[in-house]
Amino acid sequence: MAKKVLVVDGDENIVIALDFLLRRAGYEVAVARDGEEALSLTDSFAPDLILLETVLPKMDGFELCRRLRQDPRHAGRKILFLTARGRDIDRAKGLALGADGYLTKPFSTRELLEHMERLLAPGAA
Amino acid sequence: MQARWRFALAVAVLAALMTGPFVLTAVMVWADTPAETRSALHLLADRWLPLGVLTTLAGFAVGIALLGRLFRHYVQGLLRMAEGLDVLRRANSGFRVPEEGPREVVSLAQAINRLADDRDRLLAELDARVSEARRAVEEERNRLAALMAQLAEAVIVCNAEGRIILYNEAARRLERAFGTSATAASGWIGLGRSIHALLDPDLVAYVFDALEARRGGGEAHPQLQVVTATPAGSLIRVRVSPIAGEAAGEEISGYVLMLEDVTEQIEREAARNELLFELTEGNRAAIANIRLAAEMLHLPDVDEAMRARFHAVIAREVEAVSERLEAASRAFADALRARWPLEPMRGADLVRAAAAYLQRRLEVALKLEILDEELWFDADHFSLLQALAFLAGRLVEDYGVRTLRLRLSGDERLVYLDLMWSGGSLSNEIVTGWELEPLSLGGTRSPLTLREVLERHGAAMWFDREKARHRAFVRLALPRKQSVRLPPAAAPTMPPLEEGRPEFYDFDLFAWSDKAGALEDRPLTELSYTVFDTETTGLDPTGGDEIIQIGATRIVNGRLLKHESFEQLIDPRRPLDPASIAVHHITPEMLEGHPTIAEVLPAFHRFAHDTVLVAHNAAFDMRFLQLKEEKLRIRFDQPVLDTLLLAAFLLPNQEHSLEALALYFGVRVFGRHTALGDALVTAEIFLKMIPLLAEKGVITLRQAREASQQTYYARLRY
Repeated sequence: MAKKVLVVDGDENIVIALDFLLRRAGYEVAVARDGEEALSLTDSFAPDLILLETVLPKMDGFELCRRLRQDPRHAGRKILFLTARGRDIDRAKGLALGADGYLTKPFSTRELLEHMERLLAPGAA
Repeated sequence: MQARWRFALAVAVLAALMTGPFVLTAVMVWADTPAETRSALHLLADRWLPLGVLTTLAGFAVGIALLGRLFRHYVQGLLRMAEGLDVLRRANSGFRVPEEGPREVVSLAQAINRLADDRDRLLAELDARVSEARRAVEEERNRLAALMAQLAEAVIVCNAEGRIILYNEAARRLERAFGTSATAASGWIGLGRSIHALLDPDLVAYVFDALEARRGGGEAHPQLQVVTATPAGSLIRVRVSPIAGEAAGEEISGYVLMLEDVTEQIEREAARNELLFELTEGNRAAIANIRLAAEMLHLPDVDEAMRARFHAVIAREVEAVSERLEAASRAFADALRARWPLEPMRGADLVRAAAAYLQRRLEVALKLEILDEELWFDADHFSLLQALAFLAGRLVEDYGVRTLRLRLSGDERLVYLDLMWSGGSLSNEIVTGWELEPLSLGGTRSPLTLREVLERHGAAMWFDREKARHRAFVRLALPRKQSVRLPPAAAPTMPPLEEGRPEFYDFDLFAWSDKAGALEDRPLTELSYTVFDTETTGLDPTGGDEIIQIGATRIVNGRLLKHESFEQLIDPRRPLDPASIAVHHITPEMLEGHPTIAEVLPAFHRFAHDTVLVAHNAAFDMRFLQLKEEKLRIRFDQPVLDTLLLAAFLLPNQEHSLEALALYFGVRVFGRHTALGDALVTAEIFLKMIPLLAEKGVITLRQAREASQQTYYARLRY
């Protein structure tokens, strides 16, 4: 069965490409444009992995990550930041809030897909 | 006993001596006369006694008149002469004893005046020699004065307790950045004033302590830089270096403060940072999109519709990046390079300073855990300290944390400052809320928010937990800097100077100490005074008369500081009494557009802060001030001295009006009946009184107030 990925990003241009890329790589994809939409989609769509931008309308990515990690129902889901915030400080904060990985834009498709595969491999911590 | 009473007693004794023997004889004759002869004597006495008594009384009257004249000419004349002599000797060398009265008194006065002339000649010769010797020193001093005046940077030198010893013109100009009042008056910077009026006392204490610690640690010329916000909203950068000898152990005798208004610089810098952020971080997303779209285009299975969409993405993003670049280069073209005042700092130093700072302000047990001594970062020391104090304050006050651990750790790229406590939980939501609040702890309050401080340092903050050890912590993460060697700062050196006369410095104040006993028991010569005068709409403060002008000047360390004067017209919002206009010549038109008492009195209050008030007939002026105290929520609770009462004490036989005293003490009068003019005359008279008071054993403020109380005027209520 295909793994489910939720893309959370307010930028239409990257959503188009990510949607195409991930479907092509065999994932089932859903897209949320802001933090609140992401929260409700996490409940209904139940993704295995969430790709998360930090800069979002309504609720920023850090806050979203914190809320997801607080909720035991989402304990098993992987969170991978895919963000335009490239400072060391932001990376440290993202990981401290419980994310499983932190990728900075711009990134290569190979880099992204490999990272996702590693996180979703059976037995990955 | 006063001369007048002694005179009366002498007259009474004389009368008794003159009439006594006659009365005694008469009594004895009467007693010795047999009864039958007494009736004959009675008859005689009835006829002649009234005449005898009348002639005796007439004789007495003539005698007393003669003696009174002698008393006025000789006794009182000599007393006046003696008072005049004291003035001549100590206060006004140009004063001459009036040559009037009987010949003997006149010749004594002439002899005294000749002696005074001789003395003046001698003094003049001596002065000439002294001024010759002093000229070289003066020249050097004036060079320093010129140098200081021309420095573009504001300079203030203060003693170890923060009293201002020197300041330059630029510092006075900077004063405007501190004022919020519409009045022309200032009162922040002045000789002998405390820099605490200018800068947050906590900040000053922190900086002084830190510099002292660094000198103690072996640094010969430490320097510290902080940025502080003024009540008027300006940002002032203050660089502080201690003044002390070369020897490491030598005590710090004062500090040099260089001040600069960096509000604009910082605003420019903030705009520049934003631009830079926009250019780097802002372009990440766009470039990511372009890259992603480009990679998609390479895929073999992309259909035409998809391909067109990716092309459109690339076109849009490239355009956005170009626009951003264009805007940035335009903004950069005229942006001046401003330096954000961050200084490299050792984390361990900050943690230790913070521990001391917190311990003084919070009831909390504090433990330090420094995991690495050599962690460095760029910081604005004080705001970071305030940020830590604010966080600790919230934990202690809002969450009842009683034991805090301050931990410093780091990895290759980041430094972590953790405030840890056991158990109790918190959420990131609350921590994020704190970011938006202004930093405050106890009574102190900074205009900055925690978020501004974090952004300024490129730092981030979050809440975290060490589950295994059951500890929670708030973490401040800062970008780490590779360890730094600070370049030794140039030592501020002061040319050797003798007693300074230009009014903007007075190195005698280095030795001043606020701890030298209570104000009451300090010598009059050491105190700072605000000498003031008011002009009013009339003479009845309780009946609604108002102040229309306040003039004041300062005396510090026995010197009149004319250019630190205060002068302000005030719109009384009521008509002026024509009789008062005749005195002060201030017309209603002249008062239009001037501030009201509600604006001026607080400014005057600040001007007079920390000084003894002096006025001529102070009771009158004080009444006007006190009637406003409650409404304006200020109190003039400093000691007050009245030159009228002091004059009555010093010179009981003279007239005590301001004019008469000015003439007596040889004070030149300019602009009488302007408030500042009268205040300046009063100040000069007061300065001349101090040595005369000392001669009468009145040395301290307490003694001066007691002496004032004794005088006749003091017993009259206004």
